Amino acid sequence: MENIISNLFKMIGLPTEVAYILAFFAAAGLLFFVLSLVGQVAVVFMVLMERKILAWITQRKGPNRVGPWGLLQTVADGVKLLFKEDIMMPHQDKLLFTLAPVLFFAPTFVIYALIPFTDQLLGINLGLGLLFVFALSSLGVVGMVLAGWGSNNKYSLLGGMRSASQAISYEIPLVLSALAVALAAGSLNIREIVETQNAGGFGLFSWYAISLLPLTFVIFWISSIAEVNRIPFDLPEAESELVSGYNTEYSGMKFALFFLAEYASLFGMSALMAVLFFGGYYSPFGGLITQNLGIDIPVVHQLEMATWIITKTYIFIALAMLIRGTLPRLKPDQLMGFSWKFLIPLSLVNLFMVAILKMAWLQENIPTIPLFGREISVCYLGTYAALFLLLIATLAGFGSIFKRKVVPHIQLQQRTV
Amino acid sequence: MYTQGFGVLLILFLCSIIFALSTILISWIVNPKAPNPLKNTPYESGMNPFGEAHIKFDVKFYLYALLFILFDIEAMFLFPWAASFVNLGLLGLFEMFIFIAILFLGLVYAWRRKALDWQ
Repeated sequence: MENIISNLFKMIGLPTEVAYILAFFAAAGLLFFVLSLVGQVAVVFMVLMERKILAWITQRKGPNRVGPWGLLQTVADGVKLLFKEDIMMPHQDKLLFTLAPVLFFAPTFVIYALIPFTDQLLGINLGLGLLFVFALSSLGVVGMVLAGWGSNNKYSLLGGMRSASQAISYEIPLVLSALAVALAAGSLNIREIVETQNAGGFGLFSWYAISLLPLTFVIFWISSIAEVNRIPFDLPEAESELVSGYNTEYSGMKFALFFLAEYASLFGMSALMAVLFFGGYYSPFGGLITQNLGIDIPVVHQLEMATWIITKTYIFIALAMLIRGTLPRLKPDQLMGFSWKFLIPLSLVNLFMVAILKMAWLQENIPTIPLFGREISVCYLGTYAALFLLLIATLAGFGSIFKRKVVPHIQLQQRTV
Repeated sequence: MYTQGFGVLLILFLCSIIFALSTILISWIVNPKAPNPLKNTPYESGMNPFGEAHIKFDVKFYLYALLFILFDIEAMFLFPWAASFVNLGLLGLFEMFIFIAILFLGLVYAWRRKALDWQ
């Protein structure tokens, strides 16, 4: 392939270096095309899924007119938004107002390039992949704040400020819990994290959601829901108080970009959860089913890997949607307090628990006992059990702190009645 | 190994920005434009807008931002520690424990001074 290109360029009379640079750009462009296609299809499906799930929860039918089971509803909505008037007011900051949705949208699709959908189907294999995913996911805040400031609207400004404070508060527990995974895997490369967590050979039980303390996953899950601004953490878009938050003044395609980016980041976060805590592209029975059955066709393996990770991702997306249909919204003080007074101390404690667990895992020449058909070190099991009990005690302690604050308030209300 | 792939990532980012801008451009070409004075007023739930839209924010936002910078830099220091934890051994664990304990004291101080209370 390289020879063909270089020969072609020699015939035209251009230096071969230009050919390589052009080929590089073409490859990157193709990668973006594939990723955005995957992303758009995923988002179109997710929007319909959310509307259907919310409809079923409230005993409605949901979209069912456009296409079979309403499958084309989202496409129709997208086309409609493309042809809608883009309302721009004379006193708005036109540059910021246009730039905000672009800045909000751009990083969400780049995250897809860093998520390994199979061991081969990976956009870019970065050595610092995990760090870079968080760098990209926090860039979206800039777009939200700019949207709030550029709209020249009080609701938008408040929504933008709230989203910024929320995003920075929940980013710390998110990063600290992902750090625990990086610590256990000993790498920041996302594919290596997947490979190491399946190298244990216990299948389901060697996934980091279980083999590390389950708390790591719970912290990550809660903060990731807050990071993508979904109920119960959707203060930036609280429709009962801020109309629609930072995108109140947006219409047409700019609104569609915000909408698209929100779902795309939900997909990205869910995929990241599947990769970091649930074995990525491997099956819950250890390795791959087709490999265990003795089918040695690479294409079949790749297909199975893609199926596993997509299934896991969509389970988390569906859970986020169920939570949206079930839970009420928090108050701003509860939201900030929950992160700074509960999740951040807890995630620091959790990081040290995982470090101690990793220490126990590294100890050699320790007697082993058979568990799930394999030998497992007594040291690791003992530390795991001890830390688990300690964890429950810590949570009970935290719980008692918060309970004491709530009780007098209720008594006060009863007295006035 | 740690610097590979960033060029592709940069181009991906540019592609993403160009894609977003081009959808806005296409929409700008095909959409109708019919402004009127009422449409051009900021939305305030049907009331006539009053006062400045660029109001002053609460100073609480800045406090959270300061605390965030502190803890984000801490997380940056923790990343290399986590990646090379196996090589550092027990000494690394204790050193990081002291480092985090000092920062944790800062959080407790902020908590006691009611910097973390929203009201």
